[in-house]
Parts: sequence; structure tokens; C-alpha cells
Amino acid sequence: MSSTTEAITGGRLMVELLEEAGVEIVFGYPGGAILPFYDELYHSKKIKHILVRHEQGAIHMAEGYARSTGKLGVCIATSGPGATNLITGLTDAKLDSIPILAITGQVSTDAIGTDAFQEADIFGITIPITKYNALIKKADDLSRHFEEAIKIAMGGRPGPVLLDFPKDVQLEKTTVRKATSLKIAPHHYERPKVKGDPQEFAEALNQAKRPLLYVGGGAINSFASAEIKALAEKANAPVTTTLMGLGAFPGTHPLSVGMLGMHGTAYANKAVLECDYILNLGARFDDRVAKYQDFAPNAVRAHVDIDAAEFNKRINVDYILHGDLKDAIREILPFVKGGDRTSWIDNIQSLKKNHPLDFDNSGDSIKPQDFLHRVYTKTKGEAIVSTDVGQHQMWAAQYYLFDKPNTWLTSGGLGTMGYGLPAAIGAKFGNPDKMVICVTGDGSFQMCIQELATIAQSNLGVKILLFNNNFLGMVRQWQELFYEERFSESQWTYNPNFVKLAEAYGIPAMRIEHKSEIDKGVDFFLKDNGSALIEVMIPAEEKVFPMIPAGKSQQDLIEFKDLGKLKK
Amino acid sequence: MKHTLSILVNNHPGVMSHVSGLFTRRGYNIDSIAVGVTDNADVSSMTIVLNGDDFIVGQVKNQLLKLPDVLKVQDMAYASSVQRELVLISFSITETNRSEALTICNGFDVKILEITEDSLLIEFSGNSRQVTNVISVIKPFGIREISRTGQIAIAYRNQNAV
Repeated sequence: MSSTTEAITGGRLMVELLEEAGVEIVFGYPGGAILPFYDELYHSKKIKHILVRHEQGAIHMAEGYARSTGKLGVCIATSGPGATNLITGLTDAKLDSIPILAITGQVSTDAIGTDAFQEADIFGITIPITKYNALIKKADDLSRHFEEAIKIAMGGRPGPVLLDFPKDVQLEKTTVRKATSLKIAPHHYERPKVKGDPQEFAEALNQAKRPLLYVGGGAINSFASAEIKALAEKANAPVTTTLMGLGAFPGTHPLSVGMLGMHGTAYANKAVLECDYILNLGARFDDRVAKYQDFAPNAVRAHVDIDAAEFNKRINVDYILHGDLKDAIREILPFVKGGDRTSWIDNIQSLKKNHPLDFDNSGDSIKPQDFLHRVYTKTKGEAIVSTDVGQHQMWAAQYYLFDKPNTWLTSGGLGTMGYGLPAAIGAKFGNPDKMVICVTGDGSFQMCIQELATIAQSNLGVKILLFNNNFLGMVRQWQELFYEERFSESQWTYNPNFVKLAEAYGIPAMRIEHKSEIDKGVDFFLKDNGSALIEVMIPAEEKVFPMIPAGKSQQDLIEFKDLGKLKK
Repeated sequence: MKHTLSILVNNHPGVMSHVSGLFTRRGYNIDSIAVGVTDNADVSSMTIVLNGDDFIVGQVKNQLLKLPDVLKVQDMAYASSVQRELVLISFSITETNRSEALTICNGFDVKILEITEDSLLIEFSGNSRQVTNVISVIKPFGIREISRTGQIAIAYRNQNAV
């Protein structure tokens, strides 16, 4: 512990602590109970504040920033409604393990509990959706809570933390300040020693004839891409990734079988059925991937995770290695032998050939799969892509191949519509030199559409690829397939003119509807690094395939070519 | 099957809601929860009794250990720990059954805290089964008020003696 000799206010101290930790950017929205802090922030030369249009936008921006940079994302809101508007984002970050610090204003300590103006018990409300939260009752407690918060957000399995900061505490003077070496840089914190037997782990892999690596979002948080590639190549094992794990292993690698799960590739899901050994690397046997205990029915199951609570939580496994993924793979690697797995790899290749991603591209209408493939080709797969939630999200996951980690931003666990646009904005602030594309749909886009103003205000180059079918497409798909085409409340009978809307915010926009316009559209959309919106009209009946119907397993996968059978 | 978890937590405000909230959120049922500060003022001890198979209890332990304020979780096996509850009961007596009531109290090692013309106030401590037994024996007299703590537990030092 060290103390500054000069007493400073809690608000000032918070700004200094953020600066010392290396925070360069925060996303926020001021209001009464957070004004003393904003007054101090006004003087900061190190921290750039991005004024958003809605607090939900602020936290999704912080998420996009965090996921694309590996650093901590910071957002700020005032008390009451400002704070409660962060709830969805906090829950999203909890489920997807994104390190976020939320700072909320609170009414003065003497007014807490009196139902004061703009008072909400945000500490109580956020208990289940944060990894750590605290109500700072005295300025003397601030540096201790701050240190706890940052360490917990960034350490182990990352997640969101919240500091509730009463107005009078922001004004109260303190000399208590911990000398910290906090940094928001990735992988800064000490990692626990790997627990388990890496040799035994590797032996099980060595004995396998048909091994499969199943890579999750933990691989991104652990920066374990190089290790995973080395492991896959040494073991000659195909690799499938979850929605959250896309980019952790190159999508263009010959050993990649793409995404598995509900809308994963047929060959990945078939590989799950056929493999005799499955190694889960930082995934959590989520129910969109592994619905039942018979997941990978013929396989010995092994699991590496930093969170001990994930072991045997949903699916029982035979081998466990507890620790940071990067470290764990480094320990396994020396014991891994490169077996001859030619027949397994040949089998995978023939699965790929016989069960490709497929769609009907005849006719004059533009197919989202085709358009995404062209955007992928034109950008050489080098863009950072964010998505909203629904059909467009799954098409993007299938048709844009990610070769690098931290380039794919999507709401996986919570499935938050409205995530895509602000996440893209946050990513662009973190990666100003990279192209950032938000892939969205006409439903999701309207959930955080107000953040178009943040793009305009910051003169930011964010690309928006809007697929418009005048429907909630995924809801419609389910209603068509499983509710006998009763399209209950899934159709937009009114949609705004999205082109004019974007132009109202100073964002160049274009709408295309026919195949003949695709080239012109792609050129317009990607011509420079500036902002652009392209609205691509697509047929309402276009569906995402393959598909494992809800409550079913890999065996019940429906491919595009099976659609005829399904409809009977 | 009933399990007794002994948990050491930081003695902060809000820890109780973090812990008890975890049980409701994840759908685990608690039979009882008892909390008290330890010899270290910064640390509280919680004893939680819950119903569940080994899988559920394993999950509970894992989730508890993820809470930053939880320092230690111990699953107390019945045979290797002392488990106690305390109950205070006020019940009605009449002239005719007064001596019967007193005999029962003596037999069960019950402490008598107050006697009036028409009531007895007693204290009893024991394991859950014993406490439940005492309550059921007293019940026919007419219970006026009852207050029962949750179970607390501590492991025997000598685990080999089991």
C-alpha cells in the first residue's frame, strides 16, 4: 500500500486509476449521478470518451472493442435507467466471457434505499450477471475495489464486472491508493498452473484413429491459436470450431471442417458422429452443439478449460486438464505423436465433398450466401466482421472464413439482437486501420440503429451489410418448418427506407435487389475504408442449412438437399 | 441425499445474497442456511444443507468456488463431522399434563428456560433428526411458537477415527 500525500476526490482517483491501467477509450453516456466523474474525465488527456446514443450501445461497443483487441472494454452510465440499460450487455458479456468494466453512477449514499430519483439497486440487479460487482461506499475503498474488479474481469475466464459509484463518493476526498501494476493488456495476469496429467491426455489422443479437435471461444481469450494449429498439425487431426471459436483455427486450413452445431457444416457434425476421440479446447458443450449425453457417441471425450465448473457440467468427459488453454496445449504437445490418420482424413475429405454447404442460386434474386461469399473474396477474408442475431449471423458464420482470432464478433451465448452495429463501432475504434463490417438483418438492425449517429459523429468507417427480407428471418424459418407456416408476428409490414435513413446520418448507402446488381453493389460497399451501408434485398423464404432441429442431435441434421423430404 | 456444505466467505455485505442467490438462480434447493462470523472478523462461516445427488453437489461446489468472496467449500460427510441445530419452543401445558411435560424434557436433555402456569419455554440442540423428534413429541401439547436455527457443522480433527 502506498498513499499519495495529496487528497483527491473519488472521481479524480477513478480517472487516474483508469489511466494508469492503460485505458485509452471508454464508451458512455452522462447523467446526474455520474456528473462529478464526468467533470474529472473532462480533464483527462489520456482517455478518449465516445458519447453514444443509448447505454446498450455503449456496452456492446465495449464488447466489440474487447473482443477485437483482447483488452478490457470500459463503459460508463449514470444511475437508474442508465445503469439498467447496461443489463443486456452485461449478461451478453457474462455468457460469452468478454472482459468488461462497467462504471455506474449511483445516488448519494445517504439517499440509497429511499427510492430516490433515478435510483436503482444495480448492485443487487447485477449479482447474477457479473463476475464481480461492488458498491463503493467510501472513496477510501475505491482503489481496492478497482483492483479487484480489473483482476477478476481479465483473469481466469474473463467476464464483466461492475462498480457502482455513488455521487457523494465521487466528490469525497481520499488519500488511500494502492500502488497497482494493473494493466488492461491481454494475458497480463498470472495464470494458474495447469492441473492434470498432460501425458495421459496426449496418450489418449495418440491412441485415437479418428480424433477431432473441438475449439471454443476460450481459445480466443487464451490467445492459443498458434498452439492449436501446432497440435492439429502434429496430430493430423481435423478441427471444428464453435460459433465463438471461429478464427481461433484458420477457416481455410485443410484440417478445418468449419463450425459444428445447430447450423454448423454437415461435415463437422458428421465428423462428431464418426470420431473416436474428441478434444474440447475451451468450449463448454453448449446445448446448440451438444444437446444430449450421446454427443460424439463413439468417442473418448477430453476437455481442457480454465473454468473448473465447466467439467462434466453438461456432458461427461473421460479426461480433464484444468488451466489456461495456451499453457495446457504447450504441456500436451511434447507427448503428442503424429499418427498415420490417412483414412480418417480421406473420410473427412469425402464428407466435405459429398455434404458441402449448399443453397439454390438459380433465379434473379440475390442469395445472402452468394453475396457473403463475394464480400469474403473481395476482402480476402481480412475484415473484422460483427453480426447481429438470426439467419444473417449463421450465413456469415458459414460463408465468411476466418483465418485469424479476434476478427469475428458475435453474440453467441445470449443471442442479443442489436449487438452487431455497436460491436462493429467498438471494434473500429480498437482497429482503426482494419476494415470492419457489420452483417445485420432488418430486424436486429433496428434494435440499436440509433448508434448510426455515433458513427457519423466520430467520422468512423464502419461498413453495414444489411440483409432485408422484411421478416424476422430465423423466426420465420422455424414457423415455416415447425409451425405449419403460421407466420405469427414475424413479418414487418412496415420497414423504413434504410438507404435514406443511413444518408440522413451522412452514411453513403445503396440498395440492390437483382443478381445483375451484385458486382456494382460489392464495389460500392467496399470501395474505400469509409462508412457505407448496402441493403441487399433477399427472398423471405431463404433458409439457413444445414440445421439440427431444436431438441435433436447430430444424427437428425437436415441438409439443404433434404428440404424436400422435410416438407412432406 | 442430504449434504452439508461448510463454506468460508469474506465477511462483506452482499456476500450472503451472492451465495444464496446462486442457489435460486441455478435451481438448487436449500434446506437450511446458517451464518456466523468466525474468530477472524473478516471471515464468516456458512453452513448450507441441501438435497441433491453427488453430481448436483459437485456443481454447487464448483459454482460456489467461482464467487470471488468464497474462500473454501467443504462437503461434510455425516460420519466425520459434528452437526447441530438449535430449537426454541414455547408450548402450552395444563395442570394435568405438566409433570408429563417435565418428564419428557428431562428425558431428552432439554433445557427449560421459563415455566408459567400454562406454558413452558424450552431449548434443545442436537442433530436434525433429534431436533425433529423433540418437536414431534412436544407437538401434542400445543406449540405456541417455535424458532429453529439452520444446521451448523464442523469436521472432526481426527478423520481416521471414522
